[in-house]
Amino acid sequence: MGTRCRLAPHPGSGRDEVGKVVLVTGVARPLGGRFVRRLLREPGVSGVVGVDTRPPAHRLDGARFVQTDIRQPAIGKVLAEHAVDTVVHMDLHGTPLTPGGGGRGAVKETNVIGTMQLLGACQKAPSVSRLVIKSTTSVYGSAPRDPAVFDETTPVRSLPGGGFAKDAVEIEGYVRGFARRRPDVAVTVLRFAHILGPAAESPLAEYFSLPVLPTVLGYDPRLQFVHDDDVIEVLRLAAGEPRAGTLTAGTFNIAGDGVLLLSQCARRLGRPTVPMLMPAIRWGSGVLRSVGVTDFSAEQLRLLTHGRVVRTEHARDVLGFTPRRTTAQTLDAFARSRGSGLLPPGKVAHAVDRFAALLPGKPGRPAGEGAATRRERAEVRQDG
Amino acid sequence: MGDAKVIPFDDDRDRSRGAAPAGQSRTGQRARRRGARTGQSAPLTTVPGQQGPGGPGEGDGPGKGGAGPSEAAEDRHGAEQRFGDADGAGSRGEGPASGGEDAAAEGALGGLVARLLGDDWEDRAARGLAFLRRRVTGEYEVDDFGYDRELTDQVLMSLLRPVFEKYFRVEVRGIENIPADGAALVVANHSGTLPLDGLMLQVAVHDHHPADRRLRLLGADLVFVLPLVNELARKAGHTLACAEDAQTLLGRGEVVGVMPEGFKGLGKPFADRYKLQRFGRGGFVSTALRTGAPIVPCSIVGAEEIYPMIGNSRTLARLFGFPYFPLTPTFPWLGPLGAVPLPTKWTIQFGEPLPTDDYPPEAADDPMLMFNLTDQVRETIQHTLYKLLVRRRSVFF
Repeated sequence: MGTRCRLAPHPGSGRDEVGKVVLVTGVARPLGGRFVRRLLREPGVSGVVGVDTRPPAHRLDGARFVQTDIRQPAIGKVLAEHAVDTVVHMDLHGTPLTPGGGGRGAVKETNVIGTMQLLGACQKAPSVSRLVIKSTTSVYGSAPRDPAVFDETTPVRSLPGGGFAKDAVEIEGYVRGFARRRPDVAVTVLRFAHILGPAAESPLAEYFSLPVLPTVLGYDPRLQFVHDDDVIEVLRLAAGEPRAGTLTAGTFNIAGDGVLLLSQCARRLGRPTVPMLMPAIRWGSGVLRSVGVTDFSAEQLRLLTHGRVVRTEHARDVLGFTPRRTTAQTLDAFARSRGSGLLPPGKVAHAVDRFAALLPGKPGRPAGEGAATRRERAEVRQDG
Repeated sequence: MGDAKVIPFDDDRDRSRGAAPAGQSRTGQRARRRGARTGQSAPLTTVPGQQGPGGPGEGDGPGKGGAGPSEAAEDRHGAEQRFGDADGAGSRGEGPASGGEDAAAEGALGGLVARLLGDDWEDRAARGLAFLRRRVTGEYEVDDFGYDRELTDQVLMSLLRPVFEKYFRVEVRGIENIPADGAALVVANHSGTLPLDGLMLQVAVHDHHPADRRLRLLGADLVFVLPLVNELARKAGHTLACAEDAQTLLGRGEVVGVMPEGFKGLGKPFADRYKLQRFGRGGFVSTALRTGAPIVPCSIVGAEEIYPMIGNSRTLARLFGFPYFPLTPTFPWLGPLGAVPLPTKWTIQFGEPLPTDDYPPEAADDPMLMFNLTDQVRETIQHTLYKLLVRRRSVFF
């Protein structure tokens, strides 16, 4: 693979003198692909190497794609061969790459063994000076006995017992070990809230796409979302040189401003909810899983019971990152991309307005208010 | 102890309002109090407007809703408002019809009222529908803790207000001890088997504070484990009693309420009524010191007798995972009927705030100071409890 010059998006620039080479894992996923394309436009980046087990369906423009499995030691050779400076590890997922591709066991192996292998390779590669890990806020778990708002230093009282959250906890442990062994490498751990957006496929996005949302009776969890664009932006920020007055090394919570309750999300998405008793949900999710309709993991169930909110001040103050979209705007964008549900909020609101118009006196006031609200929303959509 | 005879206590300082002669009817007293309160607060706040479309506790007497300066016009509006309350959306049309001949007065008042309360004084139905519209479309805001201010103000408080005003007839004293702005930590005694005292405390601050403050209560973790209870508690602005949450809320300048006795106070036997239990480890003091928030001691009289707990079934408590399982003269013998609290007469007294901002920052880690301040707060509450008990005529009146 002696074709280094092909890495350079601008053939004129000699990449050995200026610019960095960034290795990105998990580029076969839409989010990884988008991040690679964004990186190529960065001025300080001379080359991008994308790694995944399967060729991506989308284009990677000028990036070099290397089909390899990060669970194999071959990843070390890739690092050495391309003299990689920055590693962005995005291949941490709760769901398999291909639908039905290997199930939970394979996902866990890619997450945990893949990360271990990648960290081992990074440790052996002297050229690596920066490591960015895409983690998740589910490392905090969700339990009723935890504080309502987590920050990066909150001691977690009940660690996640399984699933992707447990993978993420273990991975972060390995990353901390790596940071101790290679203090010269700037390590950034970005804990993302639920990523929603056109490119994101996450269990929660899948859940919100159900026509009717089963919820846990007597619980209305608080949720936070972060938009694809903000994910790309903060990853780019973390992969680059820190700007003046900011620091990229460290652990940061990344979430859109504001909080939505699940009931609010359902209404905004126009999807009716079916509150169910906890035992019924456990049983029902087992049935659904065996039929293969949806994967309602225990971890997700806990989230939909107790919810989770993180504080994002640290990312704002230290990393210098402010998400462009709030939680509500992210959900709005997601709602538009998924189409309306059975009870579109516009129609429901219209029904209320019609009823209001039936009342004598001051006609149209609520409707006028409604129009104002709609206008506001439209504005939000435009700038969102 | 407890049910002492009337002993005139001339501490006028405490009776900042509502110091009515004994002969006067309670209704009149309450109306005057309300009038005084809203009269003070009218230029500043939107209290009556925020009490929402479904304020059934509002129409409680001839003197209700003393918000406006013009008494006659105000009565008419009060009546109109009661119609709106009684019939919900349907009776909205009666407002303009009844106001025909006083259009001018109403116009003048309407302008004033519109300025005071927003433009939603007359058509409460339209307001109700606008509220409904926001609810069904999810276009409302909650904070990080899940506090749904709109729902709390318009629905939850309206549901609790009749209990507060009619059932327990709570007398609130010294509410001005809660500062008009900035953080404060209200520390209260806890009693009554079920934490109704916390809810009444919340209504007291919500309805009676001149600066329109909201109380954010800290609850035991059991509250956030139970289905439905946790959902309502979060929406009402309560959060888990832990240092992190308390500090965050105080840091935002909220009024935070805490009952440091916890289950020890809530589930104590009837024989121990009005004897304060240990105040935990005094964590509330260090949280207040860290944020510099004043501590407002608060004594609640009346809650002890709502469910006289004469026994505790440890077996049942273990079975359900509760800290105690109360046996009262009526519960569980009468089934659900036994769960109806006794209609005792309550007094909530807020004491002088204890400033904490003149201590050095490292004071929060000084255990000796912690214990001293904790004891000081505890003693204040205990003494006020005794004073209020001596002053009380009977448990029920």
